[in-house]
Amino acid sequence: MQVIVDKSGVKRYLVTLNINGDSYTRVVRANTMLVNFLREEINMTGTKKGCELGDCGSCTVLMDGKPVNSCIVLAVEADGHQITTIEGVAQNDKLDRIQESFVENAAIQCGYCTPGMVLSAKALLTENPHPTEQEVREAIAGNLCRCTGYVNIVKAIMDASGEQ
Amino acid sequence: MSDNYTQIGKSVPRIDALEKVTGRAMYTGDLKFPNMLVGKLLLSPHAHARIKNIDTSEAEKLPGVKAVITHKDVPPIKYGLSPARWDETIFCVDKVRFVGDKIAAVAAVDEETVYKALKLIKVDYEVLPAVFDAFEAMKEGAPQIFEEYPGNINTEINQNFGDVDKAFKEAYYVRTDRFDGQRTYQCPIEPHATIAYWEGPRVTVYSSIQSVHYLQYYLSKVLDMKMGDIRVLKTYVGGGFGGKLDPSGLDFSAVVLSKKTGRPVKMFFDREEMFFNNRGRHAQFMELTTGVTKEGKILGVHANFVMDGGAYTGLGVASAYYAGALLTVLYDFDNYKFDMLRVVTNLPPCGAQRGHGQPQPRYAFESHLDNIAEHLKIDPLEIRIINARKPGTVTVNGFKVDSYGLKEALEKAREISGWRDKKGKLPSGQGIGVGNGGFVSGAGYPIYRTDLPHSVATIKVTDDGTSAILYTGAVEIGQGSDTVLCQMAAEAMGYRYENMKIVAADTDLAAHDFGAYASRQTLMSGAAAKQAGEEVKKLILETAAEIMDVSPAELDCKEGIVFIKANPETTKTFAEVARTYFVKNGQLIGRGSYRPPKLGGAHKGSAVGTSPAYSAATQIAEVQIDQETGEVEVKEAWDVHDCGFVVNPALLHGQVHGAFYMGMGESIWEEVLFDQNGKLLNGNLAEYRLPTALDMPPVASELVDTVDPNAPWGVKEVGEGATTPTMGCISNAIYDAIGVRVKNLPLTYEKIWRAIKEK
Ligand code: FES
Ligand code: FES
Repeated sequence: MQVIVDKSGVKRYLVTLNINGDSYTRVVRANTMLVNFLREEINMTGTKKGCELGDCGSCTVLMDGKPVNSCIVLAVEADGHQITTIEGVAQNDKLDRIQESFVENAAIQCGYCTPGMVLSAKALLTENPHPTEQEVREAIAGNLCRCTGYVNIVKAIMDASGEQ
Repeated sequence: MSDNYTQIGKSVPRIDALEKVTGRAMYTGDLKFPNMLVGKLLLSPHAHARIKNIDTSEAEKLPGVKAVITHKDVPPIKYGLSPARWDETIFCVDKVRFVGDKIAAVAAVDEETVYKALKLIKVDYEVLPAVFDAFEAMKEGAPQIFEEYPGNINTEINQNFGDVDKAFKEAYYVRTDRFDGQRTYQCPIEPHATIAYWEGPRVTVYSSIQSVHYLQYYLSKVLDMKMGDIRVLKTYVGGGFGGKLDPSGLDFSAVVLSKKTGRPVKMFFDREEMFFNNRGRHAQFMELTTGVTKEGKILGVHANFVMDGGAYTGLGVASAYYAGALLTVLYDFDNYKFDMLRVVTNLPPCGAQRGHGQPQPRYAFESHLDNIAEHLKIDPLEIRIINARKPGTVTVNGFKVDSYGLKEALEKAREISGWRDKKGKLPSGQGIGVGNGGFVSGAGYPIYRTDLPHSVATIKVTDDGTSAILYTGAVEIGQGSDTVLCQMAAEAMGYRYENMKIVAADTDLAAHDFGAYASRQTLMSGAAAKQAGEEVKKLILETAAEIMDVSPAELDCKEGIVFIKANPETTKTFAEVARTYFVKNGQLIGRGSYRPPKLGGAHKGSAVGTSPAYSAATQIAEVQIDQETGEVEVKEAWDVHDCGFVVNPALLHGQVHGAFYMGMGESIWEEVLFDQNGKLLNGNLAEYRLPTALDMPPVASELVDTVDPNAPWGVKEVGEGATTPTMGCISNAIYDAIGVRVKNLPLTYEKIWRAIKEK
């Protein structure tokens, strides 16, 4: 990773992230978080921030297919990795089956947890296309939703399973 | 009956589902404006201290800092959400009253600079003794938090209806129980953000807010501006539950900082600051005395409560009244006494959280009633049926209750839960419990005194008639109001939901409405939308009558098709008729306005608790307790709701799920903790424990049919009422499982374990 030192001696890092299939090269600080890289540097605000401490899961993105809380991943750690954000889940305005299922099952209320939920579900169903309900609950246990009681979210993911 | 409707009574997908599921929905914190600055508040590190001096000079010198403001930069006007006690200022003037009280605000080029600048503000404090307990605060010699509240008593309520003493004398059994509640927080997953920018003399404020109207009103009052010079709007809001109802320090500061710098300013709370600034649920200390007949009929109730208000009033006077007022609705009794002291302490101020003031008293009463039933050897569900209010009655404190399906809800819940096979028959460590609740469908009176209508709506049909736009001040915060209001408008117009668009919650572009609180929008905003739709339909039928050469009375319109009633084959499309109207008369517009009738009695505080319609709900929960550890598992839950006519069943059941979820969290895990200096101990989402998907049991949500005569199509509320029975039913289920009563919330594993040990 190329390091650039500014006039006051602060180091910056030249990183290239592959986000939803496209390459983005930016200069970041050592403490720039992935969530802020996405939201501030490349203006993808679909990834939400609910706590910035790794507690709520609303900032969930996939890093090489695995769900991570992007508020506790450094941009420099994501250098060279494949990142999937909510903006990359629907293809050319065609919803992913999980997204369709969220809409059909009324699994969305305020929608703030939704991007993170969809990505956690996506990672689960890619890995395990026929999960049990318990496995679904475990997969989204790190994604807090204050609105739905998870009832319809679990239903939506179960409905979408087996169809990935 | 709902068969006659084409747009309501149907689970259409949410109008905002696509935006939300693709991540395209922009919440306030997602918005950016050119040249925008970042702002933050400086909060007090002390619970109670005199401010001797504030020196902002170092902060101002920091490169990148564009403005620093304190109380000297804002008008010295006091406010509070409810005008009963205005005791807050934008920034503290002479004293801070809780850890997290607002001292100053900074705007700078980026977040890092803002945080550095906050550290450079020097505040000289003289630390004062503080008090963190409502009962300590009332003792002689306790630190006085406000001059105007001697003994730290902020609100005192003494209401007396009928003759409680006489009722107790005549009773077969009189019982007193005391239950304690805890302080909880709404914790919407979206933290509050505000953006303000000025154009000439006028400011635009984007805010994560539950009421654009009240924010506009209070900004104008406190900043001494004309309401017309302030535009308040919201984009998407990530949940509220009462936490985004009060105007926040962010809103005021963003406006002032943006004025001072001439640039847009974005401000936001981090998660911990949400705990300081959201007005969470009051902890209530509740003594209940009830007298009953041998058969279990309630003769009289005395509710003797204390609530910890935290440092300021906000909406707290209303919370205090609500706590007692609504106790009279569920069960019918003629004698009632309600005493309440709301006490100020050096903790963050409390306000309205889902169910406003009422869930804890319901927890207490439902637990108390089970104790009474046990003494009388009556089945707990039976004693509730015996006392359930009947429709078309008036409560002892003057609330007119028209439709009311509590008895039916109890009976249905008994069926679907298998109550008869389970109550008293479950193996040791397992238990089943019942609790009732309900709520107002909108408050009968606004928060501040005004004669404005409660809800206004306008519908504009687009020029070619192919869509219609509903303009409403109702605030979508996740509950689904944008969707159900469009369904209601389309139904009234004879139009299609799919062709509806909505412009909501914008004080410039939309129509007036008081917003999302007191579970009011389906009934009140819905009434205005219905009326506006009916006006559009009337104009459509009149225009079609001319074209089709019949009288308007011979026509009807459904799903966008105008037809002759006697000969439904002869049709015109809504769109072509609308276009004809437009060519002849200009824009096709319908208007609606709603104001509840005069409600309530004449006693002091009689306005609180009035409503055009009351919901009712029964919840039953089954729990399993690990006798070794006290660990509780909620295994299954049933909710039967009387919420009038249901506009969108899928959204409605979603509200029930979420409400049960929140109530369950408050029953077992959720509690905000402070150290002995009033510092927050668990202001994050790991230690303030919201239930996860692994904690949530299956919930069966069912309905009883009622149609309220005072509401459009007979609708009633669901969102808040459904959280009010939960703590009671879980408390009763735990008691059934272990045979001993834990009397203070939350009913944690440790408390249960101790109770089992001490049994
Ligand atoms: S914002 Fe990343 S986990 Fe909450
Ligand atoms: S839908 Fe609101 S937090 Fe999940």
